[in-house]
Amino acid sequence: MSDIKYTCLFDEHVKLNAKMEDFAGFSMPIVYDTIKNEHNAVRQAVGMFDVSHMGEFAVKGKDATAFIDHIFCNYILDKEPGSVTYGMLLYENGTIVDDLLVYKMNDEEYFLVVNASNVGKDYNWVVEQTEGFDVTVSNQSDEFSEIAIQGPLAETKMKELLGIDLSTLEFFHFGTYEFGPFQLLISRTGYTGEDGFEIYASADATKTLWSIFLEGGVIPCGLGARDTLRFEASLPLYGHEISDAITPLEAGFKIFTKLDSDNEFIGKKALLKQQEEGLTRRLVGIELTQLAIPRAAYGVYIDEEWVGFVTTGYLSISLNKPIALAMINRPYTKKDTKIEVKIRNKMIPGFVRDKKFLTKNYKSKGA
Amino acid sequence: MSKVLKDYLYSNDHEWVKKLNDEEVLVGITDFAAKELGSIVFVDLPEAGDNVEANSEFGAVESVKAASDLVSPVSGEVLEVNDDLVGEPELVNEDAFSAWMIKVKLSNPSELEELLSAEEYEQLL
Repeated sequence: MSDIKYTCLFDEHVKLNAKMEDFAGFSMPIVYDTIKNEHNAVRQAVGMFDVSHMGEFAVKGKDATAFIDHIFCNYILDKEPGSVTYGMLLYENGTIVDDLLVYKMNDEEYFLVVNASNVGKDYNWVVEQTEGFDVTVSNQSDEFSEIAIQGPLAETKMKELLGIDLSTLEFFHFGTYEFGPFQLLISRTGYTGEDGFEIYASADATKTLWSIFLEGGVIPCGLGARDTLRFEASLPLYGHEISDAITPLEAGFKIFTKLDSDNEFIGKKALLKQQEEGLTRRLVGIELTQLAIPRAAYGVYIDEEWVGFVTTGYLSISLNKPIALAMINRPYTKKDTKIEVKIRNKMIPGFVRDKKFLTKNYKSKGA
Repeated sequence: MSKVLKDYLYSNDHEWVKKLNDEEVLVGITDFAAKELGSIVFVDLPEAGDNVEANSEFGAVESVKAASDLVSPVSGEVLEVNDDLVGEPELVNEDAFSAWMIKVKLSNPSELEELLSAEEYEQLL
């Protein structure tokens, strides 16, 4: 038994009567009110999430840029300080160590934000790759707490409640901001498909921000709504749409790789080979035509033959219909292919569709 | 606190049984179970004419997050299912003891003796 960790906001969650569950070694709030209300708050107004469990690494040194370019499957060499880049760390065989955000401070300093459930594994893997590079990697996960404030009113609330004007901060960019005695690293990023920000700060700063947001009418949202929101936006969750048994090509994320460039990165050879041989399966969207809920790991069938599995599925809150992401064998990945999902020994009919369940409300440019 | 009603029988799996007469019962889930699940968004029930068996799964109640099997406390034939729950699964959260799921014609009425009284069920919670 390992000891359960607590974020600095644990007492706040308890005060709000949150349903707490252990997640990635942390006691985390799953839901405060109802998942539906929290989900809708983010889609229609503004909500906040305690995501202090996320992992943060600092990578520093003369070779920092070359090192990140080597371990990170997406483009980084063309990025300016203040940019945030989404991508993945891959094993030599092309499967995924983790997905992450890379914050560029300058050519010699990067800040990596990784999944809570993978912090230990990621840290060891990143450190192992440093041989031959003049870099140091430090795990700063215990020093940073994090609040995500998400929804169409996020920018307005940041201005109104903190006096921080983020109207010129572009999507997938960050800045450092003073708030009283605290320093905040704020990026225009998130995991909901809505506009919003992620705020990295000390525990004291995070507790202060949480109270201000709460009093200011920002709705606290748990990990339950975080998952329904990210799912509708077709954003992957490690262990579901991506994993150490799935490559970025299979998951449909070639767009987040620099496969078409001359840059070498770990896993590139395997991806090129997979691309050349052709994919045997691919992540698709599916929609059921009969009311039932397709859940992760349920089998997908055509004429009684297993052709794949659901990676995440819900009775979508925003669309009010049963939809899922599923890893399906080719050639059954074509749009409108009729499939069935086996739910408690019943075959429920549906069809293959695109993954664009809903239009994302990102802010493409600072105003 | 969860409600436990006196004139119902209970299973260890948090289902309730209400006797209509010597042969027929209604089956539902307890207030405790409904609260544990959170907002129920879908109820998956058998069809009239199906047979259910004591301690076997006969359907599921699903919250946003997860599906939970319904385990029958009794054996017999399903005479009727509560179709209201298909369109309004939230009825289960609103009043778990009115939101019956299936009406069963008992094939073995002595199974009722195995079930818990309200007092015994309260001890479980």
